[in-house]
Amino acid sequence: MNARKTSGIVALGALGLLSLGAASAKDASTPGTSPAPATHQVPRSAEGNVVIALCDGETTLEVKGVKDPAQIDKKQAQDISDQLMAEWHRKNPQANWDPVPPRVALAQPPTPPPAAKSDVKKQGESAASDAAAVARQKGDQEQAGHTYGAFGARDEALWKASAEQMVKEGHRVFHDSKELGSTVAISCDMCHPDGANTHPETYPKYQVQLGRVALLRDMVNWCIENPVRGKPLAEDDPRMKAMEAYIFAQRKGVKLEYGKH
Amino acid sequence: MKHIKSIETKHHEERDAFFEGLRRLDRRGFMKLAGLSAGIVAAKSLITPHSFQLVSVADAAPSARPRFTFAYISDTHLYKKELNDRFVRSILRAVDDVNRLDPQPDFVLFGGDLAQLGKKEELDLGREILKSVKAPVRMMVGEHDWFLDMGEHWRTNFGEPQYSFDHKGVHFVTLLSVNEKDFWTERGMTPEERMQTVAGLDNGVQSRFEVGAAGREWLKQDLARVDKKTPLIVFSHSPLYKYYRPWNFWTEDADEIQALLKPFENVTVIHGHTHQMLSNQIGNIQFHGMLSTAWPWPYAPEGLPSLTVQMNRADPFSNFDGCGDGRFDVTAEGLADKLYNLWDRDPVTVRSSYLASKGKKDRPAATKLPSY
Repeated sequence: MNARKTSGIVALGALGLLSLGAASAKDASTPGTSPAPATHQVPRSAEGNVVIALCDGETTLEVKGVKDPAQIDKKQAQDISDQLMAEWHRKNPQANWDPVPPRVALAQPPTPPPAAKSDVKKQGESAASDAAAVARQKGDQEQAGHTYGAFGARDEALWKASAEQMVKEGHRVFHDSKELGSTVAISCDMCHPDGANTHPETYPKYQVQLGRVALLRDMVNWCIENPVRGKPLAEDDPRMKAMEAYIFAQRKGVKLEYGKH
Repeated sequence: MKHIKSIETKHHEERDAFFEGLRRLDRRGFMKLAGLSAGIVAAKSLITPHSFQLVSVADAAPSARPRFTFAYISDTHLYKKELNDRFVRSILRAVDDVNRLDPQPDFVLFGGDLAQLGKKEELDLGREILKSVKAPVRMMVGEHDWFLDMGEHWRTNFGEPQYSFDHKGVHFVTLLSVNEKDFWTERGMTPEERMQTVAGLDNGVQSRFEVGAAGREWLKQDLARVDKKTPLIVFSHSPLYKYYRPWNFWTEDADEIQALLKPFENVTVIHGHTHQMLSNQIGNIQFHGMLSTAWPWPYAPEGLPSLTVQMNRADPFSNFDGCGDGRFDVTAEGLADKLYNLWDRDPVTVRSSYLASKGKKDRPAATKLPSY
């Protein structure tokens, strides 16, 4: 198994394809620091279509009828990915994934912040990060943009759209008794308009009536079982995730008071 | 055989006789009696001839004998019985409550939202259940009753949605306050979609509630023949003031309605819809929001009237907590003291004097727990 090819295909998955576009031809022709495939010449489309290059340094695909990579929707992107992957598999019939090096899983745990080592404060341990210290350094040390990678405005727009999509889906489930599996035609919004009275910023907390510490999803499931009279959702049920996204979005900017009440 | 009375019976007989005597006294006579009673207590350190203190009773005396009472049941949101027996059990509990009132109320006002989605079987079920109320029942429309067939079946069952009547010197008006501007035609909605949209509290699609031009004109005509000194009690489903627009805790033409009510000396507006304890006073008009039997709603994030005695957050683990029904004791001057009959909690009385004094007098005990 060729290690270069393996890393290439992993990178393809991680990039979700879309960061490669018409501009890739220029990137690929720039001599890189790695000795690997600096020679991958991505052909330009005669009609000005988007051409997508696979990281194996040889495979390319022209997307017919698409001039702007931003126009590619999720489904089409998946199709392109599948086609490129199929092409790669055709070229590499013996391909197999390398085992994950064990060192990756043995990463050192982060050093706890000094606050965690000190005695418990009067107000209890804070779950907040040391945002105040960052603010103090503002001005002389603050950097513009992200400090952990080269991401553009388009990436940020994609992340925002993805998060909002999930919130929107959560809004739908929250308002739809059928989707919630209600047998009595009751949906969450009937008692919680705009997610009111859900106060997700207070979880996890000891729920007296349950006799244990509950997460927000435990209470969501309690409501689904009792007033809504449906079956509880699995913790990784997409509907549960979406509802959590919606509920948190409704409380954006509200102070975190975990454990309150 | 000698008839033996219990201590409680004797106490209540004595108490009733005392209040009856008190009622017949003029103010001077009352003060004389009060002074005498206090004097006896002070001089002899003994209990008064009555088993309770006259001096402390003086406060409670004015509202001890209301002119009359009526009960209030609202927002039952009935589904088909087979589908949701929980809400059916709730309205049955409310019916039991008012049937147990002693003395019986003069009538029971149903405050709207009998049905959940305005279906025939929902409205018919409600009518059947309300038949077992002993006192006469007067009906009001809520938006959940209306927007499937624009009130057709409700009218068949209960008659005109907007009417007035006089009772023991008080002029009562029942308003249809949940009209909406047409948001459905241009969107091509079916009646079911229209109903579902109105039923959603937190959607921005529907229009705001209003009494509407025709309704206001009717009210104007109706009030024209009423003396300004006559106490006025108005029933509306939505509050006739502007509380929180995004949830339609709102009546768009509330200001115009208030202007029509303003010339009257004593005006009380009683509404359902908001499913929570709510009190407001604007000018001379007192507003009372009443409970739902089906479920309680949280207070809106803004716009809450400052005179509201908040109920704390309902326990989600109790089917009935934060729900209930109510009663109004109409005072001698024609205002109303309201009693929130909160199921699974202590009842709360909010007196008209509390509202009239802008919260300075007769402040009811409030919970110290958060209401969110």
